[in-house]
Amino acid sequence: MSTFWNFWIIGLTLINLVLVFWVLMANRKVAVNDEADPENKTTGHVYDGIEEYDNPLPKWWFQMFLATFAFTAVYLLLYPGLGSYKGLLGWTQINQLEREEQKADNRYSELYGNFAELPIEELAENPKALKMGLRLFANNCALCHGADGGGNYGFPDLTDKEWLYGGSAEKIKESIAQGRNGQMPAWGDILGEENVANVAEHILSLGGRDHDVEQAKAGATVYNQNCVACHGSEGEGSHLVGAPNLVDDVWLYDGSAAGIRQSIRQGRAGAMPSQKDKLKANKIHLLSAYVYSLSQDYE
Amino acid sequence: MSERIPTLECNDKSESQPDVRYVNLYESEGRVYIRKISGFYQQLRRYTGLPLMAGFLLMPWFLIDNRPAMLFDLPARKFHILWLTFWPQDSMLLAWLLIIAAFLLFTVTVLVGRVWCGFTCPQTVWTHMFVWAEHLCEGDRNKRIKLDRQAMNLNKFLRKSAKHSLWISISFITAISFVGYFTPIRSLIGDLLTFSAPATSVFWVAFFTVGTFTNAGYLREQVCKYMCPYARFQSVMYDQDTLAVHYDKHRGETRGSRKPGEDYSAKGLGDCIDCSWCVQVCPVDIDIRDGLQYECINCGLCVDACNTVMDKMQYPRGLIRFTSEDDLESGKTNFLRPRLYAYSLAVIAMVSAFSYSISTRVPVTVDVIRDRGARLYRVQGDQIQNVYTIKINNMDRKPHKYDISVSGEHDYQLKGYRSMELEEGEVFTMPVRISVPRKQLSKTKNEIIIKITAKDDLAVSATETSSFIGPKPK
Repeated sequence: MSTFWNFWIIGLTLINLVLVFWVLMANRKVAVNDEADPENKTTGHVYDGIEEYDNPLPKWWFQMFLATFAFTAVYLLLYPGLGSYKGLLGWTQINQLEREEQKADNRYSELYGNFAELPIEELAENPKALKMGLRLFANNCALCHGADGGGNYGFPDLTDKEWLYGGSAEKIKESIAQGRNGQMPAWGDILGEENVANVAEHILSLGGRDHDVEQAKAGATVYNQNCVACHGSEGEGSHLVGAPNLVDDVWLYDGSAAGIRQSIRQGRAGAMPSQKDKLKANKIHLLSAYVYSLSQDYE
Repeated sequence: MSERIPTLECNDKSESQPDVRYVNLYESEGRVYIRKISGFYQQLRRYTGLPLMAGFLLMPWFLIDNRPAMLFDLPARKFHILWLTFWPQDSMLLAWLLIIAAFLLFTVTVLVGRVWCGFTCPQTVWTHMFVWAEHLCEGDRNKRIKLDRQAMNLNKFLRKSAKHSLWISISFITAISFVGYFTPIRSLIGDLLTFSAPATSVFWVAFFTVGTFTNAGYLREQVCKYMCPYARFQSVMYDQDTLAVHYDKHRGETRGSRKPGEDYSAKGLGDCIDCSWCVQVCPVDIDIRDGLQYECINCGLCVDACNTVMDKMQYPRGLIRFTSEDDLESGKTNFLRPRLYAYSLAVIAMVSAFSYSISTRVPVTVDVIRDRGARLYRVQGDQIQNVYTIKINNMDRKPHKYDISVSGEHDYQLKGYRSMELEEGEVFTMPVRISVPRKQLSKTKNEIIIKITAKDDLAVSATETSSFIGPKPK
């Protein structure tokens, strides 16, 4: 705040206060003309023929007005109200928020505390832990992965048994905490459109789907030179680099021939943001248990 | 505090300048010293007040389902009243309860005037308790006036200290009992005794102690006159046949003192001996002989006072009595009148409807929200899936497991629902998947009905409709 606005606000506030105080004090009493009618019970105030009776308010009413001024003075002293003056209490919106966050942390750390020591596999069968995990999931994950964890286009389904980076409890926790960065390079310019189509046919053949035999054969060579390192010779993928399995029914993006061609041609970039700065460790632990439970078979 | 209105003489007596007097628009009112009186209405107040007071003090101590019989749990936003727990969703019931209370008040007011003020209003009840303490420590009206005029001395100091200790004790008990409606009173008292009560409880106990003390000790009739709206709309509720405290001026006037055995009617005097007892006992400091006034709280103290005097004078009772304007004019009160019928009917109808909705209230609600994710629907093989978030409020006082069923035009299947036990009062949100064969869908938007039922109690059940979105049919 510049000096001008600082004094502007202080000035406005104080002038207003003084004005209101003056209005109050100036209207405590009213002059009555007794000469015309000594029995007069009005205050002498007439407007449009309406006279005002002299029915005084109780004194404490007036004192309540004074009390509001006292309150104002104390308030302006303690809290920031006069320009850039900080107030004796040093109150800010931020430190109030921080205090409340601290309070909530203290309250919830008890709840999370016991769970942090238990293994994820065990928590996945603890109804209380799952309820908490579900709430965390709804708040932090559901937007991309769906409320039920069923995934969306480009966002993996967490309820099936196919995993990009592995479905063990530790791997799931790692994915949540560290985040993942799936990079499928764009091969369109390197391989040329014909090879892209051939590789796509080869992938269809690996999955046992309808394909063009000639093209698949040509595609196999290209596949074995360029793709096998990540996706494996049988298209089984790799949890190590998060390369998807190409022979199951689960497709992160479009699994049609055209969709596969597009994935090869333009590449894909999947990003799971790291949560470890956003969520505390005990929350990530519970979240992992919930996600882990999604793909498990329970009776 | 008791300074007179300052008058300002203008001594400048020029011809054109008239006398000017300044009137203070705020005036401190004198303290009301209530004379002690006993009689029928004083008894009536005591014996109707006792059970109410006992109820107020004891209610927080009763336990039902292991919690206080009446507990307004504000942080959890739940009202536990006897066997029922009310949630914010039930605020409609609270609104109706208040409307019913208002109509009951109207009905009573039309019939018997402001008896609420005089006999049941906490303002009056606590004021009378405080006056009782005052009387006990400082003596009756005249002694109190004398004591207040004295300079401080040992006698005055001891009497005042005793009075204030009594006042503070009453206020403190009141405050604890009142706060006991908002936080369990047993732990509250335990915590206060061990100095480990939470700051909020300490604050509110202190707040209500100070509040009761100033209210019943000092503000008293000021509350009725300047803060309570009831006095201000009494004139629209009253009619010619409403019972209220009236002075029978035909009988009483002309008032005046007389010698015993004198034929006062020959002197042109009425029954009122102008002893001013009716004014001395009045807690709101009015003279009932001036007629019906908005300040009058119908407490009947002046009736008792006047009857006492009438008995002494061996005149018939009832110079001041509960009666109606009609009765004073024509000797007959017409109790049954259309206005009263209308109010009573309204009250009966509302109470019936209210009781019905309380007795048929189901302690569970369900909300269904379609997933706001990126896709409208999901295709899995030949099935179309929609995801819903189902929110169950278990408003019952015991845990339940719930079954969810889906119905609609097509064969909807529920997937991914694992039934979990919901604690009493738990709100639980869970995602479920509903799937249907694609070939059955003939529209993009289909109505489905989701019903939840407690496994252990089929009556605890709620339904909600939602829509199922599918692809455009080919």
